[in-house]
Amino acid sequence: MKKEFNIIAKLITKDSKVLDVGCGDGELMKYISENITNDIRGLELSKHNVQKCIEKGLTVIEGDAEKDLKQFPESSFDYVVLSQTLQAFLDPENVINELLRVGKKAIVTIPNFGYWKVRIHLLFQGTMPITENLPNEWYDTPNLHMCTIKDFVNYCKKKNIKINSSNLSFQNLFSELGIFIIEK
Amino acid sequence: MNNTKKVKKLIIDKPLKLDCGKTISNFPLAYETYGKLNEKKNNAILAFHALTGDQYASGINPITNKEGWWNYLLGPGKAIDTEKYFVICANVIGGCMGSYGPSSIDSSTNKPFGTNFPVITINDMVNAQYHLLEFFKIEKLFSVIGGSMGGMQVLQFVSNFPNKTHTAVPIACTASHSAQNIALNELGRQSIMADNNWSNGFYEENKKSPDKGLAVARMAAHITYLSKKGLQEKFGRKLQERDDLKFGFDADFQIESYLRYQGSVFVDRFDANSYLFITRAMDYFDLTKQFNGNLSKAFEKSKTKFFVISFTSDWLYPTSENREIVIALNAIGKDVGFAEITSDKGHDSFLLDVPDFLSAVKNFLKTSYKKINEKRI
Repeated sequence: MKKEFNIIAKLITKDSKVLDVGCGDGELMKYISENITNDIRGLELSKHNVQKCIEKGLTVIEGDAEKDLKQFPESSFDYVVLSQTLQAFLDPENVINELLRVGKKAIVTIPNFGYWKVRIHLLFQGTMPITENLPNEWYDTPNLHMCTIKDFVNYCKKKNIKINSSNLSFQNLFSELGIFIIEK
Repeated sequence: MNNTKKVKKLIIDKPLKLDCGKTISNFPLAYETYGKLNEKKNNAILAFHALTGDQYASGINPITNKEGWWNYLLGPGKAIDTEKYFVICANVIGGCMGSYGPSSIDSSTNKPFGTNFPVITINDMVNAQYHLLEFFKIEKLFSVIGGSMGGMQVLQFVSNFPNKTHTAVPIACTASHSAQNIALNELGRQSIMADNNWSNGFYEENKKSPDKGLAVARMAAHITYLSKKGLQEKFGRKLQERDDLKFGFDADFQIESYLRYQGSVFVDRFDANSYLFITRAMDYFDLTKQFNGNLSKAFEKSKTKFFVISFTSDWLYPTSENREIVIALNAIGKDVGFAEITSDKGHDSFLLDVPDFLSAVKNFLKTSYKKINEKRI
């Protein structure tokens, strides 16, 4: 399992109610459902991944986070997880608002565009950075809204979103990923 | 039609109050079972058939000698694995495969009911079938499953009996029959009624049945079960056993010939009045209205785990209508999964060999069954 998933799983309290937005093939959901809480479901756009989740016996709803989060009532989940997809949405601000409405807490991870390797790549090569977390070329990347950890922190400050980051170290220069627990 | 003796029937002696206000009692419900009920009685699935289906979902239908309508999905080793599950399937009331319907004999006249048969609803169908649980002494079903009108029965069943099934799989259906679908059903009914042989529904006395009207109804309906793309790919403008157009009204095109054939074989196995009554039941189906406009309320008391399935090319019960069910369940935090399966086969996809559909059902049932059995230990 991805290291990131390990960290996310540790942030979730036992027997809480969880929604994994953009749950992919269900790897994280499976781990959480077997070890932390049974009350977990996913929202996933890819038909292929939906089938993978069903194979694993997970509850998955085929749908688009940009449109389909609105069907969930306010605070209907203890945690809403969004792993590395925020930058791929057409309207990430709307998605963040929806995450904070639907979940009492939201766990959001972002690939950090301020990571030193990314900076060095751009500085010395002069081309759009390609790393483990950002494997695509500029012309075929799904990432529309790249940001840095600092950008995300600034955004939350501006919008009065509380970052509960007690056990996280988010250093803009040294982290490849930013992992945040946010709440309204 | 021979072999009618092989039809299993449960005589329901308890009075059943119908939505139309009438009460019926001592009426037959024809059913079939597949697989074995285990000792714990926790492996039972109630499968609901669609408009023109019957209790013979799998294997060979002993009346028509044709394959069961859900042979792709249901049988030994299949998605609904009858080596593992015990499947019950009943002919709906209003039907014509042995259950109480318009061709049953009215004891007050000693003639078939015809259009004197009471107008029945999806709710009535489900309430009648509930007696099967009592008959087999099943405390709680493992699953209820069905496509199209069968899916409507799934929804109504969970609403009426919130904790009588662990899981529910409504497929390619709706919680509220749309204007377009009512219109299409009306087209079929008018076609039957326009046939002089229909005789206001009392054709059995004249020994002449409205076959032409029923065939046209089936032809029109059959088009709605397919998709434009599917039709184009299968038939295109291909001609039927001829090299050129004949400048007449014979079936020049393969699609015409195909539809005529579908219409002609249908009348051998289906009763025109049943077609009227069952399509009426579908039109009257509006679970949302039953709960004053709030579909969520239909499922409020239930702990049933839902898995809703739709198909990309189904324009009769499109994904949007299936999604309404998902939204209603999510609005009250119920356990619901949803998948839209890619298929060019239209509404009929739920009856056909669509691998992603078959594996989705198989995996959902398999993993749910495992979880339920783990919990019980």
